[in-house]
Amino acid sequence: MSDAGRHPNITLLTLSEIKKVTGYVGNFHVQILKKARYVEEGECTACGDCVKECPVVVPDEFNMGLSSRRAIYSPFPQAVPSAYVIDIEHCLGHNPIICGKCIQKCEKRCIDFNMSDQELEFDVGTIVVATGTDIYDPTALDEYGYTRYENVVTSIELERLINAGGPTKGELVRLTDGKRPKSVAFIQCVGSRSQRRGQPYCSNICCMNTVKNTLLLKEHYPDIEAKVFYIDIRAFGKGFEELFRRSKGTGVRYIRGLPGSIKEDAKTHDLILTVENTETNKLDSHRAELVVLAVGLHPPETMTAIQEMLSLQCTSDGFFLEAHPKLQPVDSATRGIFFAGCAEGPKDIRESVTQASAAAARAMRLMNPGRLKVESITAEVDPALCTSCGLCSKVCPYNAISVDTRAKTPAVVTAAACAGCGTCAAECPADAIQMHHFTDAQIHAQIDALLEDDPAGRTLVFACNWCSYAGADFAGVSRLQYPPNSRLIRTMCSGRVHEKFIWRAFEKGAPVVLVSGCHIGDCHYINANHWTERRVKKAWKKMEKLGLRTERLALEWISAAEGVRFKDVMERMERLRQTVKPEEIAETQQILREQKIQKSAEAELEPTTGREGSTSI
Amino acid sequence: MREEAGGNPCRIGVYVCHCGLNIAAAVDCEAVAQAASEFPNVAVARHDPYLCSEPGQALIKKDIQEQGLDRVVVASCSPRLHEPTFRKCIGEAGLNPYLLEMANLREQCSWVHTHDHEAATLKAKELVRSAVARARHLDACDEFEVPIRRSTLVIGGGIAGIQAALDLADSGYKVILVERQPSIGGIMARLDKTFPTMDCSI
Repeated sequence: MSDAGRHPNITLLTLSEIKKVTGYVGNFHVQILKKARYVEEGECTACGDCVKECPVVVPDEFNMGLSSRRAIYSPFPQAVPSAYVIDIEHCLGHNPIICGKCIQKCEKRCIDFNMSDQELEFDVGTIVVATGTDIYDPTALDEYGYTRYENVVTSIELERLINAGGPTKGELVRLTDGKRPKSVAFIQCVGSRSQRRGQPYCSNICCMNTVKNTLLLKEHYPDIEAKVFYIDIRAFGKGFEELFRRSKGTGVRYIRGLPGSIKEDAKTHDLILTVENTETNKLDSHRAELVVLAVGLHPPETMTAIQEMLSLQCTSDGFFLEAHPKLQPVDSATRGIFFAGCAEGPKDIRESVTQASAAAARAMRLMNPGRLKVESITAEVDPALCTSCGLCSKVCPYNAISVDTRAKTPAVVTAAACAGCGTCAAECPADAIQMHHFTDAQIHAQIDALLEDDPAGRTLVFACNWCSYAGADFAGVSRLQYPPNSRLIRTMCSGRVHEKFIWRAFEKGAPVVLVSGCHIGDCHYINANHWTERRVKKAWKKMEKLGLRTERLALEWISAAEGVRFKDVMERMERLRQTVKPEEIAETQQILREQKIQKSAEAELEPTTGREGSTSI
Repeated sequence: MREEAGGNPCRIGVYVCHCGLNIAAAVDCEAVAQAASEFPNVAVARHDPYLCSEPGQALIKKDIQEQGLDRVVVASCSPRLHEPTFRKCIGEAGLNPYLLEMANLREQCSWVHTHDHEAATLKAKELVRSAVARARHLDACDEFEVPIRRSTLVIGGGIAGIQAALDLADSGYKVILVERQPSIGGIMARLDKTFPTMDCSI
């Protein structure tokens, strides 16, 4: 910790929050709000004279409120930076007439009530997101009586109670009478692995945290009785099983079953736990002088702001989603941003450190050459056609397009920030965006070629590179057999599929068209497939209006691992194809042709605003 | 405009891979190459047992140079597997790597229609026709470079943020370490002795 505080290459900003991040990999621009400390960081010697004068007493959050601190304080003895800080919400001194005693006492004259918040700006090449985790608050689990019984504490409170630097100097005491408990009961999975309350996932650290703490208790107080109530003990890491056995060896009892309720003995303040032991199927009653709830971890609320600022994705459990769960576990989907520690999921210290080093290495790998190769599959705007409507900028998942809709200046794509999904090109009403390597002309040529012979016998499929196309490949690798009528067109993202591609396919006589992409939430391009969904829904509405059978246009989400699903979808599409008779296809083609004639007639009467807008500049 | 690159009609080379018997067992590769030779703009159409092998790649390179090919279609396995291989191959022969198109005859044809040789061969021909049609419209794309700043923002000063910051800083990169609280340390700083060393966490 202190190394990080004094490293010449590290600028440490505490009491600071990220306000805004703009730019892209290699060139992020960051705005940071550094809140006033009211104590000069470089001057304060942490002598502590000021604290003795401060009349304000508030609960100490570092000790989980188990002790108190003053309004001017150091969070803990080894804090970095070591300088004291004023909790301005509770301090009386911002009006020096009322207090200001600390100022008088400070020999170094480093307390300054006039200090103000600072806005700082930096340019960086990469970002490591290490926003950590929050600890579950067991108030909602009423049966454990956390709010009613003082002798029910959480595992993090226990950490403070047995810590030599804690409020009791490491002496374990009960909160009701200050006496050392002779028996302690640990309850596992509090706020974890529950579909009803807390989190559905395993929080990863609680089992070993409890095992460690039983050993520490036994070491300090060999006569203490310790029981652990659990569902499963997950001791899967290096050396974990051995530690678990050691804990059992010291006489700690592990009982499979979680208490249904906890009651307090009003006289002794002991706690009575009613537990169904699932190994004996018997309902037992246990008495403990102290109960420790092994609380789980959950994503912090502050994550949302960072998530929005950096356009990051989260998994269903609320932690950040990595670019690939196996091959890129510390990369985000946005190039140049990496994850370290619990931001990506609950982890212990060893795993956090491993991942942090990996994130640092991944960032260095990117920065080391000093220059960065940018993918050439990017979008480009033709300024002569652009109407400055701003739609492209709205749908871009990477904020890579800037357009001033009021000044009517044409949209500009920042190529380095563009990831190449093609959603902008599919959305542009003026056909002003060219998606390199996946141009309209290229895709039209593919549609035409695939429907050249016997279109009625073909199923045209648009598949995204990362999921559906990969799912089709996986079906192949698994040698799953499906009808040979399908013809795939690969795009990088399903978001690239312009409505006009669908109409062209139907015009060329396609009986059925399938648009397929990554599942919602798994899109390789953050959320571009939301626009796919909207576009297909829009096409369905149009089909309905024109009197076309909407089921002839299908939308399916198929992941890279879903080879079987791909095969099933192909079989379903083939059954559907067989229901489309030549007369229906001919009728569709007729309707679409008429529609086109009507449209071009309308266009002649009314020149497109696009051309007008661009010529007026 | 792309069909008439430099004023001349483009010259496409089509290469159908047998992949041993992986493709050839279900697809008549010779017939596919024969059909491809009749598609517009196709200057050369060949079939080969293993195009990804050294001799297979040499065949493509030789044709590019001797026959003046300006587009290449490789009909073989999934582009997700060998697109980088063939991009590099045509790049070495002086073509822009983006002037390559692949037709997926293995994962999406021979392996999934193993027992219907006729339908598989027909599908293969149509996939190649589509690839050729697309190839006609391919443009050279340039990979460009942008400068990258040698500094990192680390958001969060818990154990992970501290470790990442130190690794980067020790390697000579500038780091901005941002923490909301008055001190770094995070949850770890609150813990008593930690496994497996059972020493203090700070």
